[in-house]
Amino acid sequence: MSVLVYTEVSKGRVKKSSLECVNYAANIAKQMGTSVTAIVNNAEAAHIEELGKAGANKILTVKNEKINSDSVLITAMIEQAAKAEGSKVVIFAFDVTGKAAAPRLSAKLKAGLVAGAIDLPVINGNTFEVKKNVFSGKANATYVIHSDIKIISLLPNSFPVQLSGGAATTSDLTIDLPASRIIVKETRSNSSGGMIPLPEAELVVSAGRGLKGPENWKIVEDLANSLGATTACSRPVADMHWRPHHEHVGQTGVAIRPNLYIAIGISGAIQHLAGVNGSKTIVVINNDKEAPFFKSADYGIVGDAFSILPKLTEAVKKFKAHQN
Amino acid sequence: MKILVAISNVPDTTTKIQFTDGDTKFNSQGVTFVINPYDEWYALVRALELKEANLAEKVTLIHVGLVDSEATIRKGLSLGADDAVRINAEGPDAFFVAEQIANYAKANSYELVLVGKETINYNGSSVGAIVAGLMDLPFISLATKLELAGTKATIEHDVDGGVQIVECDLPLVISCAKGMAEQRIPNMRGIMAARTKPLTVIEGSGSSALTSVKSYALNPGRTTCKMITEDNLDELVSLLHTEAKVI
Amino acid sequence: MSGQILDTQVGMSFQLSENQVAIADMIRKFGKDHIYPKMMEWDESQEFPVDVFKKLGDLGLMGVLVPTEYGGSGFGYTEYVTAITELGSICGSIALSMAAHNSLCTGHILQFGNEEQKKKYLPKLASAEWIGAWGLTEANTGSDALRMKCVAKQDGDHWILNGTKNWITHGISGDVAVVLARTGELLDSHGITAFIVERTTPGFKGGKKENKLGMRASETAELIFDNCKIHKSQVLGNVGDGFVQAMKVLDGGRISIAALSLGIAKGALTASIKYSKERQQFGQPISNFQAIAFKLADMATEFEAAELLTFQAADMKNKGKKMTKESAIAKYYASEVAVRVSTEAVQIFGGYGYTKDFPVEKFYRDSKLCTIGEGTSEIQKLVIAREILKD
Ligand SMILES: Cc1cc2nc3c(=O)[nH]c(=O)nc-3n(C[C@H](O)[C@H](O)[C@H](O)COP(=O)(O)OP(=O)(O)OC[C@H]3O[C@@H](n4cnc5c(N)ncnc54)[C@H](O)[C@@H]3O)c2cc1C
Ligand SMILES: Cc1cc2nc3c(=O)[nH]c(=O)nc-3n(C[C@H](O)[C@H](O)[C@H](O)COP(=O)(O)OP(=O)(O)OC[C@H]3O[C@@H](n4cnc5c(N)ncnc54)[C@H](O)[C@@H]3O)c2cc1C
Repeated sequence: MSVLVYTEVSKGRVKKSSLECVNYAANIAKQMGTSVTAIVNNAEAAHIEELGKAGANKILTVKNEKINSDSVLITAMIEQAAKAEGSKVVIFAFDVTGKAAAPRLSAKLKAGLVAGAIDLPVINGNTFEVKKNVFSGKANATYVIHSDIKIISLLPNSFPVQLSGGAATTSDLTIDLPASRIIVKETRSNSSGGMIPLPEAELVVSAGRGLKGPENWKIVEDLANSLGATTACSRPVADMHWRPHHEHVGQTGVAIRPNLYIAIGISGAIQHLAGVNGSKTIVVINNDKEAPFFKSADYGIVGDAFSILPKLTEAVKKFKAHQN
Repeated sequence: MKILVAISNVPDTTTKIQFTDGDTKFNSQGVTFVINPYDEWYALVRALELKEANLAEKVTLIHVGLVDSEATIRKGLSLGADDAVRINAEGPDAFFVAEQIANYAKANSYELVLVGKETINYNGSSVGAIVAGLMDLPFISLATKLELAGTKATIEHDVDGGVQIVECDLPLVISCAKGMAEQRIPNMRGIMAARTKPLTVIEGSGSSALTSVKSYALNPGRTTCKMITEDNLDELVSLLHTEAKVI
Repeated sequence: MSGQILDTQVGMSFQLSENQVAIADMIRKFGKDHIYPKMMEWDESQEFPVDVFKKLGDLGLMGVLVPTEYGGSGFGYTEYVTAITELGSICGSIALSMAAHNSLCTGHILQFGNEEQKKKYLPKLASAEWIGAWGLTEANTGSDALRMKCVAKQDGDHWILNGTKNWITHGISGDVAVVLARTGELLDSHGITAFIVERTTPGFKGGKKENKLGMRASETAELIFDNCKIHKSQVLGNVGDGFVQAMKVLDGGRISIAALSLGIAKGALTASIKYSKERQQFGQPISNFQAIAFKLADMATEFEAAELLTFQAADMKNKGKKMTKESAIAKYYASEVAVRVSTEAVQIFGGYGYTKDFPVEKFYRDSKLCTIGEGTSEIQKLVIAREILKD
């Protein structure tokens, strides 16, 4: 009956979005008077401890080298875990894996899915309601899940992580994998220069066509480094190959909702906003005081990015030095 | 080899979103509808390119929706799809829509089903994976390149923190993202031909809704923007710390 | 601004057809990528962007009215009007050239060519493999075309053409021209014949290019004929029918200039509405001032009236009815509206409207051609008056 959470370890750590999901599941479990089971593949002791602190009561540890990015395998693993646990609620992160595996599980279990939830479900007797963003962030919808088993994928950065839980029990799970028809030929990781990947980043410094050319990105990177932020860009910038395609945010790029989004030399087209307007705080730097982005900003500076950025970087450095 | 491309009818990206009927319905009054950009620019155009390269015999559009989406379907035909199917039903959720598509694809032996990575109205990224699940086929998400050699597909797709190149034999379901193809515009001949290409209407069938929308609400916009002068950047940093509490 | 339009398929319906919506959408998308970014440059340097016409050909816009069996798009006049209007709302020059190519050169061959001529020329013209020109006007004979000096004399199986045509759209870049020349007595309306002349014909060359106020990216130049020898198979219809043919071609051509006028008015009006809501003076958007709001109301009213007149003429043309009066009314009214609306647009934009940084000065300059080309407003009134006064 426990709430089942799919979690992942990546680059040696439990993904932040996984910890968010465990926290989220713990809240649901509390409402339902049940416990949280997390499932994780190829995890080490430290990871298991962290999942416990995030609120997992039990951890199903899988050791299977065959499981890769193929959603057929991941879904099979979770389906078997859900059956073993008798879970009525299954939680995923709404990330690359969750977008492929959660709907497949929905097909396999005939279970209703809310993809990209932004809030805790409201459970009232037999009704189960979950909110998610629709119309590319312009609105939200409250969904009712009618099926017996409920699947939710949680939008990253929607739920704060609190590491206050205790230790979890572990149990090894052996699973029966179907044959995978997908042959992986090559995997390349985005050269994010050690930065936190965009979908998980809490601080983002983003620049647009106003920067005039790729040779001018040093001042953007300097500001990002001073803050410990991840860099992003507008679509034309990625289209013109000034920046790599994985930095492109907006309607047709990555949708993000960091705590801080600093937009530099970006006009604020509606399609750009669609991917960033969930950010908690937005700072806009633009030399055109009529730039539409100011209407969607919390703080604005009208002026030339080329003179503002170095000064802002200095101000951030001063602040950081002061704090230490 | 036949390709089935699922297309969704969505409000144009610049639409001002409003709701009616006590916030339970999207208000489509005066709204321009378009083919969901990911379906059109990436899935459909790549399918057409494969056909033009003689790697596919036929490209069929499938849409689950009511008669008022036929103008959108014909836009797809005007771009060059051979024919179209409209499943006459208003899908309550992604599962229902996917079930219709999976049933049709199975019954008519389509070997490649292409969908866009998400719709711009429900942003669920779910239909393709459910179709694959129901058909018991592999699913490759967020594909940015697709090549075919006989029945073998080579796909480049986005994975967590990077890109991956994979191979898979057909049949297969793929969700398409930016990079797959370049946006096309139809020409006059395409627009004319779209009037006479076959558009078959089939009644919807399948399960009762697994989920449904109870109500909608607009996300509040930002109310005021605090302007800060260029010579006062320390103030900005301090506001971000004390007021916004983000650094 | 939605535009209320007559749909010819269902008679008195005031709705854009699905085809018209699709065509307008196609042109907007094309314009955004291929015209907007460069149009001020072409305007400044008076460059006629041939590659854009080749692309318009790929889209099927260079043979809108040509049946599909000759490689055209096979649409009627309502779709044709929509296409020119939409293009005109982006760039008048490109729309004028498209209108001249479709209505005049291609239109003349389509209406009066024999099967062989149609098979030979229409596919090339409809695909824009060839660009077409049409020569009626001369330096001394504009409105008064019957007095033309360009002569063709028969010589066995050939005609020898001598003289100069002026103000000819695509006079230099055209690959083929339909040329009206005198083959009979001066002032005899049956003394004029139409010829198809290919660019490579010896004795045919382009002349001086005009330096114009507006429509600067549309090439306007001389056609010069110096003992140009043309085989009799190049005669369009019968010898002596040229003038009557030309008048019929112009009946249809007027619809295209009316559509071009609508496009310019639409572009100027749309820009004005947007600007008036953004521009703040005295602490409020200038659209709050009644003087500006009423200007916009007048502009919109005149635009929509012009649109209805144009679609009426297009509908009659589609149905094969005589529409000399209606096309003259549409051309006359729409062209004057284009001038008025774009003039007011510059006023609404104030000093900014007078600069090249905003689009309205170009609409203002381009609009004036509409009351002159393919028959001046005065000549349209002459035609209208003749039609309504005859028994
Ligand atoms: C269907 C569709 C989907 C789209 N999806 C996306 C998407 O996902 N993401 C996206 O970003 N766009 C998207 N777009 C494109 C979007 O409409 C805009 O064209 C784009 O966001 C503009 O990028 P920009 O702001 O960098 O450039 P511009 O609009 O050119 O703006 C540059 C800005 O820089 C300012 N500037 C110039 N110089 C300086 C200076 N020295 N200092 C400070 N400021 C300066 C200017 O005032 C201007 O505001 C989409 C469009 C469509 C039609
Ligand atoms: C950009 C451009 C492109 C053109 N393209 C072509 C083309 O492709 N092919 C072609 O053959 N021609 C073309 N023309 C020529 C155009 O059709 C003529 O300019 C037009 O017919 C007017 O002739 P006109 O310039 O000789 O003026 P005129 O005939 O000299 O007129 C001068 C003035 O007198 C008025 N007027 C003349 N007669 C009368 C009358 N009886 N009653 C009252 N008023 C009168 C006119 O209305 C006008 O106001 C083009 C012109 C321009 C500017």
